[in-house]
Amino acid sequence: MKKILMLAVATAIGLAIAASAKAEMKRVAIKPPNGHALSEIISGYEYRSKETKVLQDDDIQNPGFIWVEQGEELWSQTDGSAGKSCASCHDDATESMATVGTVYPKWDDKVGKPVSLEQRINTCRKDNMGAKPWKWESGPLLSMTTYVRHQSRGKPVNVSAEGPAASWAERGKKLYYQRVGQLDMACSSCHEDNYGNRIRADMLSQGQSNGFPTYRFKWQKIGSIHRRFKGCMKNIRATPYKVGSDEFVALELYLATRGVGLPVETPAVRN
Amino acid sequence: MKLNATRLVTALAVAVGFALPVCAAPVAFEVIDKTIPKSLTMEAGDPGRGKKALLNRKQGNCLACHSSSALKDQPFHGEVGPSLDGVSGRWKEAELRMILVDSKVVFEDTIMPSFYIADGYTRIAKKFMGKTILTAQQVEDILAYLNQLK
Ligand code: HEC
Ligand code: HEC
Repeated sequence: MKKILMLAVATAIGLAIAASAKAEMKRVAIKPPNGHALSEIISGYEYRSKETKVLQDDDIQNPGFIWVEQGEELWSQTDGSAGKSCASCHDDATESMATVGTVYPKWDDKVGKPVSLEQRINTCRKDNMGAKPWKWESGPLLSMTTYVRHQSRGKPVNVSAEGPAASWAERGKKLYYQRVGQLDMACSSCHEDNYGNRIRADMLSQGQSNGFPTYRFKWQKIGSIHRRFKGCMKNIRATPYKVGSDEFVALELYLATRGVGLPVETPAVRN
Repeated sequence: MKLNATRLVTALAVAVGFALPVCAAPVAFEVIDKTIPKSLTMEAGDPGRGKKALLNRKQGNCLACHSSSALKDQPFHGEVGPSLDGVSGRWKEAELRMILVDSKVVFEDTIMPSFYIADGYTRIAKKFMGKTILTAQQVEDILAYLNQLK
């Protein structure tokens, strides 16, 4: 009941936003380190309407909290052959997960790759709980990812592309600047060259990842960063990579390095 | 050896595909000094149809990036490209045709799509493979409409 009400409110506000005037405010920006691709680092939050910001900032109204709450419940639920829950190993998430959401994707020596938070959660399920991995974009995986990253809300993104992760960030960078699809655009065409400009009804942001998983009015639910990548690629008439693919993890890693210092906003609210 | 045979079959399939009249392969056009002087079609451009193709989000969708005072009644004009007001005064028709067919010839590294180029894309979605965004007639129709935006 609560959920339906929240969704209805979210939809109504979403529509109101579309009609609202452009009223521009000063945008909070971070000064990037030398050699950074951007001259200023700005969260997608700054490009949204006042109404959307208000919704994100209010924990009672923010529809993304449905997933935070579901994640919190799952945290202490036992699952799998080892008879364990996340809490069995990690205890109180508010302490053990306090900065985890700032450092993913993170290098994993065991698999010899950087892994996204979603993949790390599934590794724990498989290796430590004897439980089946959750499907990408499934309710439980979205909920747990949201819950874990939410613990880092307000803390600065601190992803590292040093050491063995460097070549993966490089790979992500290539994907970021690669023109794809029939519209022949790269991520940079919109999010580096045109942020702050309107593309039809949408105000382009820098396409930062600090808010993910993010609640979108368009989706009527929370979604992963890989789902967002897929959407942007489809819009330019390209064949997207698969969610959870090496390509998307590399892109996610590189993108995170472009937003180092931005506060984690999970669950962010966007249109 | 096997690989070669497969390649040959693929090559043949492609060749036959292009020979079929149903295929949406673009008509040939001549580029002279970054312009396309000759019309792509026999039929003259129709500004009414051109306006529709320009607005249609699955066709020109030009207002995604451009604005136009003549189209004030339309919601949400873009800010990515320059205003279309008076474009036909700034550019000759042969130049505008070039910009529409393949924007990159005129504006290096532009974000503007090439509306009448069918190949050379990376990871293009299957549905659009070998196709152009606009038909030759739609390019001519949009040109006719742009001519009215004095
Ligand atoms: C045709 C323009 C276009 C291209 C090309 C494009 N995007 Fe986007 N993207 C958008 C729009 C419009 C939005 C919604 C408004 C915004 O936040 O910028 C968006 C949103 C995003 C967001 C969400 C930002 C937030 O704060 O919630 C991310 C992340 C993103 N894009 C990443 C990418 C990546 C990575 C690529 C390349 C694979 C890409 N985009 C290509 C138009 C584009
Ligand atoms: C994704 C963005 C985008 C779309 C869609 C787009 N354009 Fe453009 N267009 C641009 C940009 C940006 C420029 C400026 C050239 C540059 O520096 O890249 C431009 C330039 C032009 C110019 C030259 C304008 C001048 O004043 O010099 C014309 C004419 C034009 N576009 C027409 C169109 C038409 C007609 C359509 C639709 C069929 C269209 N454009 C679709 C981005 C776009």
